[in-house]
Amino acid sequence: MKHVIAGLALVLAAVAGTVEADEYPDRPIMLMVSYGAGGATDFQARIVTMTAGNEDALGVPIAIINKPGAGGRVGWNWFATEAEADGYTLAAYNIPHFIAQSIKGGVEYSKDSFEPIANWGADPAVFIVGTESPFNSMADVVAWAGENPGKLTFSGAGLFVGHHIAALQIEKAAGVTMQYVPTKGGGAAAMKAVIAGDVMAGINNLSDAYRAREAGNIKILAVADIQRNEEFLPDVPTMMEEGLDVDNSSVNFRGIMVPKGTPDAIIDKLASIVPEMFMNSRVLGKMAAGGSPVHVMDREEVLAMWEERDAYLRELLKDL
Amino acid sequence: MEFAAYFGEVFTVPAMLLLIGGTIGGLILGATPGLSPTMAVALLIPFTFQLEAVHGLILLGAAYTSTVAGGAVSAILLKIPGAPANIATTLDGHEMARRGQGARALQLAFLASLVGGLIGVALLIFLTPVLAEWALAFGPSQLFWLAILGVTIIGSLGTSSVVKGLLSGCIGLWLATVGFDDILGVQRFVFHSSLSGGISIVPALIGLFAIPQVIAMFADGRRMSSIEAISVERHPLSRAVRELLSRVRAVVIGTVSGSIIGLIPGIGGQIAGLVAYDQARKVSPERDKFGTGHPEGIIAAESANNAMVGPSLVPLLTLSIPGSPTAAVLLGGLLIHGIFPGTDLFDNHPHVAWPFINSMLIGQILMCVFGLYIASLAARVALVPKSIMAPIVLGLAVFGSYSVQHSMGDVYVMAALGIMMYFLERFGFSAAPLVLGLILGPIAESNFIQGSLIAEATVGPFAYFFGGALNLLLVAIVVASVGYSLYAELRARRTAVAGGDAP
Repeated sequence: MKHVIAGLALVLAAVAGTVEADEYPDRPIMLMVSYGAGGATDFQARIVTMTAGNEDALGVPIAIINKPGAGGRVGWNWFATEAEADGYTLAAYNIPHFIAQSIKGGVEYSKDSFEPIANWGADPAVFIVGTESPFNSMADVVAWAGENPGKLTFSGAGLFVGHHIAALQIEKAAGVTMQYVPTKGGGAAAMKAVIAGDVMAGINNLSDAYRAREAGNIKILAVADIQRNEEFLPDVPTMMEEGLDVDNSSVNFRGIMVPKGTPDAIIDKLASIVPEMFMNSRVLGKMAAGGSPVHVMDREEVLAMWEERDAYLRELLKDL
Repeated sequence: MEFAAYFGEVFTVPAMLLLIGGTIGGLILGATPGLSPTMAVALLIPFTFQLEAVHGLILLGAAYTSTVAGGAVSAILLKIPGAPANIATTLDGHEMARRGQGARALQLAFLASLVGGLIGVALLIFLTPVLAEWALAFGPSQLFWLAILGVTIIGSLGTSSVVKGLLSGCIGLWLATVGFDDILGVQRFVFHSSLSGGISIVPALIGLFAIPQVIAMFADGRRMSSIEAISVERHPLSRAVRELLSRVRAVVIGTVSGSIIGLIPGIGGQIAGLVAYDQARKVSPERDKFGTGHPEGIIAAESANNAMVGPSLVPLLTLSIPGSPTAAVLLGGLLIHGIFPGTDLFDNHPHVAWPFINSMLIGQILMCVFGLYIASLAARVALVPKSIMAPIVLGLAVFGSYSVQHSMGDVYVMAALGIMMYFLERFGFSAAPLVLGLILGPIAESNFIQGSLIAEATVGPFAYFFGGALNLLLVAIVVASVGYSLYAELRARRTAVAGGDAP
């Protein structure tokens, strides 16, 4: 069915006469998302690529293909080993997920298997508790966890994802042990566990937590980032302000990459057009409406960020 | 009765066109193997970018409703469940179709879907706040017991021998462990890179149900020189309506089980049809006829899987928690228009929320009307000679498994499971318990591990898994379910011995 739609789009693009046959790109581009349809990454990828067919962007549509499984490993394994490096196969990346996975091993990729194009979003992890919870600040949490070692249960979306990294950092910074409860089924299941009181606290995405707080279901105690989020949560302090030495290493960066071996000319062209495409006013409007923080970074900035994350995560995950 | 004021917004030209288009499209997508409701809704999301919020949601709601019902078409006619929701429909539905009663089976399926669907949406309209609390009552321990309850019906499902049923279920549970485990972070039974994500449910469904049939059809085609003559019975609609009314028990059991299971986040609608089918059989005086083409089987399964649609949206609309994969996609559809579901959704966005829910009521009726229209035509599929049918089904099976995530790995998994199932069926095993094991395995396992992690940090495993009224109630139902199966088995054996014709 997706092929049919992609085919229809191709016909439409050809009819509209926007295709320059001798120049890249001259046919629709595929963007692989390694999470399921409807998840935050999928949802944002669909928004940021919706103007790809515009004359001032790529001039051809981008079709999303989902290859979910094993926390993203299935899709990225496929992308590293089987995707063609011709510029017509892109993928969405999630940092720190794929770098942390490559450090833990058992996958066929590392940060050197891919070439970043541009970053579109940065979703920090936040520490949440239910509305009825006695905890009102990170100090309350740390104090309780200090008196009751290993007894404070908190949820997050799986292992070696941003939530897990934030959990490890908090425990390390506070010098306490708590019981991290990874859930299957992403951030939504972890959020449900907090709202329903299955666990005492949780780590979740800023965007999802913002909506849940708007709905009156949770309290947000702190955000694991360098600065407060002025757009959505200006009143929530950072971990540093709360006295915990937790930086932005768990921030979930999302962006677009291509496989290693893609011709430089194509990488350069994508790297110059794609950040502009992310800044389209319609894209920004939809992202803001969905509560998704936008953070556009160009190729050079992303390369530096990957490098930095890789070094830090190697250190953090060393003794695990 | 606030909702009634918003019917006007459904009966506008663009809304009705989208509703009708979404319904017909959904029926066709649902009838195509491999295109589950989740996928159909995800495919439509990009179209809703261009629509007003309320119109986009009407389109998605119509597609959700009708793909669930449309799955009955391929389940009955081809014995390929379009989605896990339709597995139970294959058990009796396909037997009826093989006897030329496809039209009757389809009519019953759509009428039962209508009744279940309307009641499910009515629950969503009237009882949402109450139901939301109920949905949250299910934590890891309760979900674990619920999955175990599902396991207890494995033995009695779709096979004459309890032992073979249990063995099939165990194979399913084992297959469910393949892949990378998100909770403990380990790989299990990954012999080939296409297995690293585990065995996806849709390719497995297609392989286990369709491939053994295709092989059997090819084999028969060689053996039999003459084409098997089946006459397709015409079946007037009025008779189907009367039949449904005479089997109220199955409708009630189906609707009640579907609504309750639909509410629980994490279980979703995958097992609603199977649980309803099993319950309907246990209380039916004609329980021996189940599995041989008994109308009650279809009615219970189909009323359950559409009854689940309305309640499955309760956690989404009130708590912003998507309870099923399809609900997760619908959440995306809401967010894209800046609508955050939550307790105040109906206060802040009544002009979106109510027309959306109302359109699902109208959508259920449209689904039934169009479904009944195609029923008599579709039933003629039984007239297609096997030599032609086999390659068509094989093509659909490959297309369906590939399209889930554009992966040849899924096609290999589908083919391997299918060939395995062909031989298993020759030894009297059946696919339904195997699939149930595959679905329940991850639910039981992940909730047990999460529950254990929480229990170790808090009250200890025994107090955690056996504490609280809901846990004890579920344990009691599990014990009763096992006890009943043993009792029924013993009684059947005694009757057989007394009758002197033990097999």
